[in-house]
Amino acid sequence: MAADSVAIAFRNVDKTYDGGRTFAVREVSLEIPAGEFLAVVGTSGSGKTTLLKTINRLVDPSAGSIEVQGQDVQTLNPFQLRRRIGYVFQGIGLFPHLTVAENIAVTPRLVGWQKSDIEKRIDELLDLVQLPREARGRMPSTLSGGQRQRVGVARALAARPNIVLMDEPFGALDPITRDSLAREYRAVHQSLALTTVMITHDMLEAVLLADRIAVMREGEIVEVGTPRDLLNDPKNEYVRELIDVPRRQASEVERLAEARR
Amino acid sequence: MDAQIQSALAVLPDYLGQHVLLSVTALAIGLVIGLSLAIIGVWSPRLRWLFLTVAGLIQTIPGLALLALFYPLLLALSAVTDRLFGITFSALGFLPSLLALALYSILPILRNTVTGILGVDEAVKEAARGVGMTPRQRLLKIELPLAMPVIMAGIRTSAVWVIGTATLSTPIGQTSLGNYIFTGLQTQNWIFVVFGCVAAVILALVVDQLLALIERGFERRSIGLKLFGAIGLAAVLLASLFAGRTSSATQYVIGGKAFVEQYILAALIDKRLEDEGMHATHRVGLGSTVIFDALAAGEIDAYVDYSGTIWANFMHRTDVPSHSKVLSEVGDWLHRTRGITLAGPLGFDNAYALVMRRDQAARLNIHTIADLAPYAAKLSIAGDYEFFARPEWSAVRKAYGLTFHDRREMQSTFMYKAVADGAVDVIVGYTSDGQIAQYDLVILGDPKQSLPPYDAILLVSPQRSRDQRFRHALEPLIGRISTRQMQQANLSVSRAKNQLTPEQAANRLWQSVSAK
Repeated sequence: MAADSVAIAFRNVDKTYDGGRTFAVREVSLEIPAGEFLAVVGTSGSGKTTLLKTINRLVDPSAGSIEVQGQDVQTLNPFQLRRRIGYVFQGIGLFPHLTVAENIAVTPRLVGWQKSDIEKRIDELLDLVQLPREARGRMPSTLSGGQRQRVGVARALAARPNIVLMDEPFGALDPITRDSLAREYRAVHQSLALTTVMITHDMLEAVLLADRIAVMREGEIVEVGTPRDLLNDPKNEYVRELIDVPRRQASEVERLAEARR
Repeated sequence: MDAQIQSALAVLPDYLGQHVLLSVTALAIGLVIGLSLAIIGVWSPRLRWLFLTVAGLIQTIPGLALLALFYPLLLALSAVTDRLFGITFSALGFLPSLLALALYSILPILRNTVTGILGVDEAVKEAARGVGMTPRQRLLKIELPLAMPVIMAGIRTSAVWVIGTATLSTPIGQTSLGNYIFTGLQTQNWIFVVFGCVAAVILALVVDQLLALIERGFERRSIGLKLFGAIGLAAVLLASLFAGRTSSATQYVIGGKAFVEQYILAALIDKRLEDEGMHATHRVGLGSTVIFDALAAGEIDAYVDYSGTIWANFMHRTDVPSHSKVLSEVGDWLHRTRGITLAGPLGFDNAYALVMRRDQAARLNIHTIADLAPYAAKLSIAGDYEFFARPEWSAVRKAYGLTFHDRREMQSTFMYKAVADGAVDVIVGYTSDGQIAQYDLVILGDPKQSLPPYDAILLVSPQRSRDQRFRHALEPLIGRISTRQMQQANLSVSRAKNQLTPEQAANRLWQSVSAK
């Protein structure tokens, strides 16, 4: 696949409820090139999670179309589509009755991999997400929050997807774990040449990780741009407000540090 | 006492085996139906409501009534399939018990499975969808395993219910641990009653604990525990089946109703057939209409009924002619309408009679029901569960103008003691009951002949009417048993000390009958 090919394309996507009166997603058109790390930022209720779910058909749009690697998703079998797209769920999302290894193996098993290949893949992924191989047989309830989300990432990557969707993946973690996990994931994204769409309400996280940021408000994308574009020249007033928060916080922290000297 | 425990142990393999087979089969059917309905119910809230409501309604029907309902239902169904396809099946015993118990077992399994599946964390369900599982895969790999502890709790509840309720299948002709309880209650053999209860409790506990083991196996993901529990259950089933296989090929089935005299007579007929080299078993503790229909349908081959019962209950006659006229009309009617053969009267009669304490009767100068009438308004009367609903009761009341101060229904075994102790003043007793002599009670005369005669009559099913060997074996019983002999036999089983088993009493009765 060429580096500049389009991985995901939204074309005039609407998602309405209440028979068309309430819009969760409105008039979204966006192309995500292969290999890009896109962050979708917005407050809760802005429609960002709904938009993410239209990609693997957990939600079907009311109007418009979504293409994944050039194919209209409405023409694809939803189960097969979901199996070839990695998904990291908000909160935990691990299957509590399955071991770490079984959780990771879920999608490869669904697509019918050989048992020996699956076993090898589990070890590879545990290494990749920096979990000890002894964790294989442990149950999710015995893991820390950070370890669980590492398993979540490993499970999403298990069947070698090209595309990974992440729904506020690090939201429930403490700041230090969150920071290291986010940076590790960014490295994995790079080395595996993935296309990643990450939902977050944290503008700072988006600025630090993403190649591009799409800001959503009331179901619409109000602005899309690189972190640099948004920081230096936001076109939209709401976006300016959003981006000013981390910037102001950063400079205040800096000033405090200076003053103590 | 040792002899009673021994005789209880002797039939344990048969009773336990049949009890386990019945319970396990019912539970298996309930499990399949309950799980299926639950899975459909999870998909459709409307059907879920319907299933849970219907299952809940079934649960409110008392166990005994539910079991009893299935008998006429299956009998009617069997008649329909016979007419349409020429297929008949037994409406007595195993089948109705199985269906009733299976129905009974559905609710806990259904309710717990629905609750368990619906209770699975939404985030986990979403994750299962997100990784690309089909609805079927989600159900099998995620929802059912996560709901398993709740489902197993439902299965355990069902198992305990079914094992307990299966004891009530005795009156519709299914052998179970309930046979101990029903027989024990009738013959005042408390050892039997306790034995039956304890056996059922132990069985329920063992099965419950084995299921708990499987449940823990699911919880701890231990295949060993699951396997151990499953092997334990299989062992209980196999051991019971093996034990229950003792009764080999049976040629003849003899019926008996649920009181001492019937147990003795069934054992006596059984003994006669065995003596003549035929294989026979008896099914006792059957309800009065159940046994009659079963004979007509050929599910039992013979039993002893009473002319007055047929006269009043089945022919709906209220007039009271002489013994011989009743006998001949009953014989004609049985043959004409049901194809049943009246082989003959046994010689004694077991009529309903009003019975009082001797001293009280003497004090009030009461000899007949007519003498009783003026005092009735101050006296209390007790009878069995049937009598006050029977036409004879209204006939007696009308003939003598009887109105009692108080009326009670009780287990017939206890009435004689109740009147002897003064708990009631008059009872509606049975003339052949040994307790009348035991407690020195008096039978009041019936000058207006309002109570029909109750001659004991041997009835033979339609398909055995031409079985000469069978008829020949029963011939020596006809007209040979006196009321006195029957009273003694009844007393020997129901008395408090030196109790005999019905089989022992039947042997003695045969000795005294054949000695003549």
